[in-house]
Parts: sequence; C-alpha cells; structure tokens
Amino acid sequence: MSMLEVKDLSIHFGGVKAVQNVSFSIDAGIVYAVIGPNGAGKTTLFNLITGVYKPTSGEIKLDGESIGGKSPNELATRGVARTFQNLQICMNMSAIENVMVGAHLRLDRNLIKAALRLPSLKRRDAEMREEAAELMRFVGLDKFVDSRADAMPYGALKRLEIARALAMKPRLIFLDEPAAGLNANETIEVDHLVRKVADSGVTVVLVEHDMKMVMNLSERILVLDYGKKLAEGTGEEVRKNPDVIAAYLGAHE
Amino acid sequence: MLAQFLQFLFSGVTVGATYALAALGFTLIYNASNVINFAQGEFIMLGGMLAVYFTQAGLPLPVALLLAILIPAIVGIIVEKLAIEPVKGAETVTLIIITIGASLVIRGLIQVWLGKNTFSLPAFSGDEPIQILGATLLPQSLWVLGVTAIVVVALWYFFNRTLQGKAMLATSFNRVAAELVGINTSWVLFMSFAMSAALGALGGILVTPITLTSYDVGIMLGLKGFVAAVVGGLGNGLGAVLGGLLVGILEAMGAGYISSSYKDAIPFVLILLILFFMPRGLFGGKSTDRV
Amino acid sequence: MKKNAYIGLYIVMAILVVLPFVVPNAFYLDLVIRMAINAVIVLGLNLLIGFAGQISLGHAGFLGIGAYASAVLPTHFGWHPVLAMLAGAVVTGLLAGLVARPIFKLKGHYLAMATLGLGIILNIALRNEAQWTGGPDGMPVPTMGLFGFELTSDKQWYWVVALLLSVSVWASLNLIDSPFGRALRALHGSEVASQVVGVDVVRYKVAIFVMSAVFASFMGSVTAHYVGFVTPNLADFFHSIELVTMVVIGGMASVYGSLVGAVLLTALPQALATFEGWETVAFGSILMLCMIFMPKGLVPTLAAKFGKGD
Repeated sequence: MSMLEVKDLSIHFGGVKAVQNVSFSIDAGIVYAVIGPNGAGKTTLFNLITGVYKPTSGEIKLDGESIGGKSPNELATRGVARTFQNLQICMNMSAIENVMVGAHLRLDRNLIKAALRLPSLKRRDAEMREEAAELMRFVGLDKFVDSRADAMPYGALKRLEIARALAMKPRLIFLDEPAAGLNANETIEVDHLVRKVADSGVTVVLVEHDMKMVMNLSERILVLDYGKKLAEGTGEEVRKNPDVIAAYLGAHE
Repeated sequence: MLAQFLQFLFSGVTVGATYALAALGFTLIYNASNVINFAQGEFIMLGGMLAVYFTQAGLPLPVALLLAILIPAIVGIIVEKLAIEPVKGAETVTLIIITIGASLVIRGLIQVWLGKNTFSLPAFSGDEPIQILGATLLPQSLWVLGVTAIVVVALWYFFNRTLQGKAMLATSFNRVAAELVGINTSWVLFMSFAMSAALGALGGILVTPITLTSYDVGIMLGLKGFVAAVVGGLGNGLGAVLGGLLVGILEAMGAGYISSSYKDAIPFVLILLILFFMPRGLFGGKSTDRV
Repeated sequence: MKKNAYIGLYIVMAILVVLPFVVPNAFYLDLVIRMAINAVIVLGLNLLIGFAGQISLGHAGFLGIGAYASAVLPTHFGWHPVLAMLAGAVVTGLLAGLVARPIFKLKGHYLAMATLGLGIILNIALRNEAQWTGGPDGMPVPTMGLFGFELTSDKQWYWVVALLLSVSVWASLNLIDSPFGRALRALHGSEVASQVVGVDVVRYKVAIFVMSAVFASFMGSVTAHYVGFVTPNLADFFHSIELVTMVVIGGMASVYGSLVGAVLLTALPQALATFEGWETVAFGSILMLCMIFMPKGLVPTLAAKFGKGD
C-alpha cells in the first residue's frame, strides 16, 4: 500500500488555479521528485500536503487516513517533516536550538516543569542537545554546532533546515529545492545527504530544479505544469514523455 | 422617540466624521509604511488647539484655520523624517513605541505652551440650532459633515484619478514593485504623514466648536480613530470612513440608550466583538501568506 | 542560551542582598521596591513581547484586576487577602484566555488593538463602578497578612519583593532554555517553521499571554497591598505603555534587559520631576531617541557592542 495518496487535489487563490486535479501516490521508502517549470505549483503542492494551505477540493491520505485540511502541527505528529524553498530559520536562536526545536514533539513541553527546571527535564534537554549536535554533524555542519543562526552562510542554513526536519524523526520528509542557490560542490554534497536520509529509512519527496540530482536520486518523478499533472513515472519514462519534452522545450531553455 | 433617536444619530454622525478623518489618517500611513501611527490623535488635538490660539490672537478665521492645518502637516513631516524614516523595517513594537514617544512630545509641548485649560472655538456660522422632526442639529455639525464629505470625495479623486495618488496606492499594494516602476516610495511616506496630519487636524478644528478641546483630547480621539480604521478593515480607505461613522453612531446611541458613563468603552467593546467574529474588520479582504 | 546566563542571576541576588543596607533613606527604599515590582511584571511581559513576539497594549488592565481584587474583595466581602489575590489571578487568567484564543489567530496590529481595547474597557469599568472601587479617587487596601504575620514595614516588603524578583529571574531563565521556551522563540522567528515541527502556535501564544497576564495580576495585588491604596491610574492606557516601554528600552528577549528597563523607567519620573512641566516632553523624547538609536534596547545593544551574550 502506498504511504501517501493524493487524489484530484486543487487549490484556487481567487481566480488563479495554482494546483488543479493533481493525483499521485508515493510508496514508503522511496525518493519521489516533483519537477516542473517555475510557477508550476510545486511549492503550493508541498504547502497543501503539509497543511500550510487548505485545499479547495480533493483528497490527501497518509497511510489510508485522510489528512486534507489538517494543520501543519497535526501533521507533524504523524511524522511529516519539511524544509522551505525560502529559508524559514529562526534567526533569533542559535543554530543548535533551531535543530532542537525540530524535536519539539519528542520532548516534555510542560511550562511549569520548565520554569522550575526539574532535573528530569534538564537531563532530557542535555541529551537532546547532544543529539542535535550529532544531527548537525550528520548534515555536514560540524563547524557550526556552536554558531548563531544569523551568522551562518546560506548553504549552511539550507542544511540546518534539513537537520531540523530530521530532528523530528520523520517518516516522510518534503525537501523544497534543497540545492537552490548552492554551488556545484555543495549541490553534490546535498545530493549525498539526501541519499543518506533516504537510506536511513525516511521517505523523501523532493522539489528540485537540478535535473542531474533529480534523475540521480529519485525512483519516481511527478511533472507539474501550470498546476496540472503533466506526467508521472520513472526517470526514464518521464524523460521520454512527449508532453514533458514539449513543456520543457517550450517553456524552458 | 423618533426625535430622541435622531438627536443621538446627529451627534453620532458628527463625532463619527471626526473619527473617520482620523481613521483615514491611520489608513494612509499604514498603507504607505505598515506603521500604526499612535500620534494620529495628537494631530486632531493640534488642529483644534492651534485654531483656538490663532483666532484668539486675532487672525481672521480662514487664515487661522489654514495655519491650524498647515502646522500639524509640517509636524507630521518632521515626525516622519526624524523618527520613522531612520528606523525603516524595525519591529512593530519598536515603531509603536516611537509614535507613542512622538505623541507624548507633541502633547507635552502644547501643555507647556498653552496650558491645561479647556478651550472652545466659536462655531463657523452661528449657534442657532436647526429643528428637524423635533431633534436639533447644530449648524457646526453641517460644517463637519459637509467638509468631511468633500474631503472624502477629494481623496477618492486624488487616489483614482491623479498620478501621485495612484503612485501612493501602488506603493501600498506592493512596495518593491512600486520602486521597480520608478515610484519614489520615500516621497510616498512623506506625503502620507503630511496628509494624515492635515486630515487629523482638520477633524480636530471642525469638531472643536461642539466638543471643546484641551491638550489631552488627542489620546481618546486617536484611539477611537484607530478603532474605526480596524473596524473598516485596516488599510481600506472607504472602510475607514464607514468605520468612523459607525463607531460615532454606536457610541452616541450607547451613551443615550444604555449608559453615558460607559460611552468611551463602547468603541472598544465593538472592536473586540468584531475581532472575535469578523477578524478582518467589516470591510477587510482576505490574505494568504506565501512561504 | 549561554551557560553563563545564570551568573547574572547571582549578581542580581547579590545586589538585592546588599541594597537595603546602602539605600540612604526610606524614599529610596520605596523607589527600589517599586522598581523590583515593575521588574517582575516586565519579566512576564517580555516573555510575551520579546521572546514570543506578541504585543500587549493592555497589560495594566490585568494589573488593575489583581490590585482591585485585593482591594475590593477583603473590603466589601471580608475575603482573606491571600484568597482575594488568588481570585484576582484566576479571573485574570480566565479573561486573558477567553480573549486570547480568537485574537491570537490574528496578527500584529489586530492584537495591539484587541489588547488595547480590553485594557481601556477594564479601566473605564474601574472608574465608573464607584460604589465598589471608589471611582477615579481609588480606595484603600487592607494589610496583607498570613498566619498572624502582617506585612507592614517597607523593610519586610523589600525582602518579599526581592525574593519574588529573584525567583522570577530564575524561572524566566529556566523557561527560555526549555522546550517550551524554544517553541516560543521559534514561533517568533518563523511561525510556519515552528508549525511544521509540531508547535501548536495558537496554544503557545495563548499560554504565554495568560501567564504574563496572571503575573501582572499577581503583582497588581502586591502593589496594592504594598502601597495600601489603589487608583484606576494603575490600570490606565498610559501605564500599559510604560510597561511595554520598559520591555523595549531594556531589551526585547533579554531577561536582564527587563530588569534594566524596569529600573530606568521607574526612576525616570523622579529624575524628570526637576524639569517641572516638561516631564512629558522629556519622557517622549527619551522614548523616541532610545528606539531610534537602540532599536534592540539597551542590554542587547551594549552586549553586542562589548561582544558578550546576554
């Protein structure tokens, strides 16, 4: 059975149909890519599935259970994590604290206990800090473990978002253009990182413009154009699809 | 019955027009800069107090009134240049504190200069009340309503038919895009403060013959103008005008039928109810954040 | 959060222990007590404004509920002062929670409007219900006491307030560096990011709003008992603004900034009294200058300048 099932999903902003009747499903354990020209509705699709936007119509099912219209924090409790195309880092916190926030649901959030600094809470927090540092090393941010978030370069912040998402111990992770704005070397590193994440058993959904990375990593690819599904299949299938070729040749280079 | 109702309505609409002008002032500045200008009420006070001062100094009424509008406009510009422009893009709280600081300075200066007394201004065209269905309407109320109506029409013309007005409107929709097409957004900010201050002052002048004035009337008038702007859906010009009238009328009705000692609380009860049940104001639009 | 954050707490406690022995006279002791009371209120408010990034322009209203609960309930109904204080805090908590839930679905300026409105309504009610509250003139507050021990002298009050302040600083430091506190700061930094990691942002905003309101109500009761008299001025719009100003001038999201802000702004009116008539102008000018030249507030600005964390 597939992990995520999307059926006839649509959202309209006023008269703009940003996503229209899109259907697809994702099996557990794979890397799934969503591609398409700018403005095709890729990020909107992510926003819909992760609860940031409420769909106008259609159905989203996670493990057979309907999650359409649920809030992002409810989805987080079901193991759905994501990163953002435009960075959403908390610049008022240190780098490691950003990662620790990712573990929000795994920690005791009680206000009273926190104010009294109960030993149990303190101990768990110290463990979490160690785990967060470990995650930062996992994504290649060894030298930023003690850094402030607002002192980090762009490429490092991209990875910090991945570390934060991983701190949730997610089952399904949405990566929105993890390589955007990175140089060739950094892109290769992110490519390896995504592979490592997938190998650790997390299902990965990826929006990315770097075709080499997409073809290299993903088992299946969904192509969007003007908010509609243009094609879906393996890299090979998608590459040969005449509609895709037309769309990319017409709208792109 | 009807007479009483009309009486409340007249006084509500009159004071509501002042709120409407203040609310327009809030709206102009909010649209240009996303700042809530807590000094808006002080411009209302300045208008009234300066009008009193200049008429008592023996200047002919039209000259006195003109000065009482021009000077607050200049004060508005000074506030913008010295206090708002240097901190562009600061946090909301910071901007609120700055405008509150500005309001204290203005109020304090007037208090030092003109004292703590209450002043009145002679009505522009006599005090002979007009009888309408058993209710009385002061001629000054007609002045308030007439001038407000003219101002609203003039503003509508300015924003929809002149290049400068359209530039200001464009800036409120999308600052970056406005800059890209060559609009001087810094000029827009400057104009917004000047116009807001002038609008506030005008309201203050018009209503002073009815409500009297003193150095500290600005706080409540300003806050009620803010309520009116939010009632109308923050940023919506027509909404601000309707919001002002609505707040004025409800306040007068509440004071008349329910309790006059809770008169000042009525606008705030209204706004809490609106925020609870119609969070974007009565005339506000819908917006979605992009991430 | 730096490990040395707690060093500041020891310094504060050391100062609090030494202070009563060095203040020259009763006038200054009174000033210090009022500074400490304000500092506790501002600590709570800074959690809301500085850390969680939400504004309240009506906090003096909550102060008023606490203060008047401590004045009205014992005077008119014979309640025990401790019970009255708790009742004030409970009522404040319920009211804040009731108002906060719908409001926190909104943003920025609407929140400013709602809290401002609530504060003004409370203040008007206090002024008008003269048969209970004494109206604009205010009313006396009975002495605070428990188990036969009565709090009367300023010295006694000083130690009570110093203890409250130390505990509040400690609790604030604890809170900030906890999962709860990180969630608060995260929703300030990026609301959407905190949501997708599972933070129920409305719940957290409501929780911190209610907490800071209850703090204010509690300290309102303390103020009422300490001063022995309450007037509606305690709950007016201007006082709400003063409290916010203390947060902002000391430094948003800075525990020690809260203390500095409270100390400076409590002392300021005394210092300005010599300007006779010009107090308002001076106060306003200082507000503006501080915000224009140090928008982050004193403590964070100085900390950045001297390269140390707060």
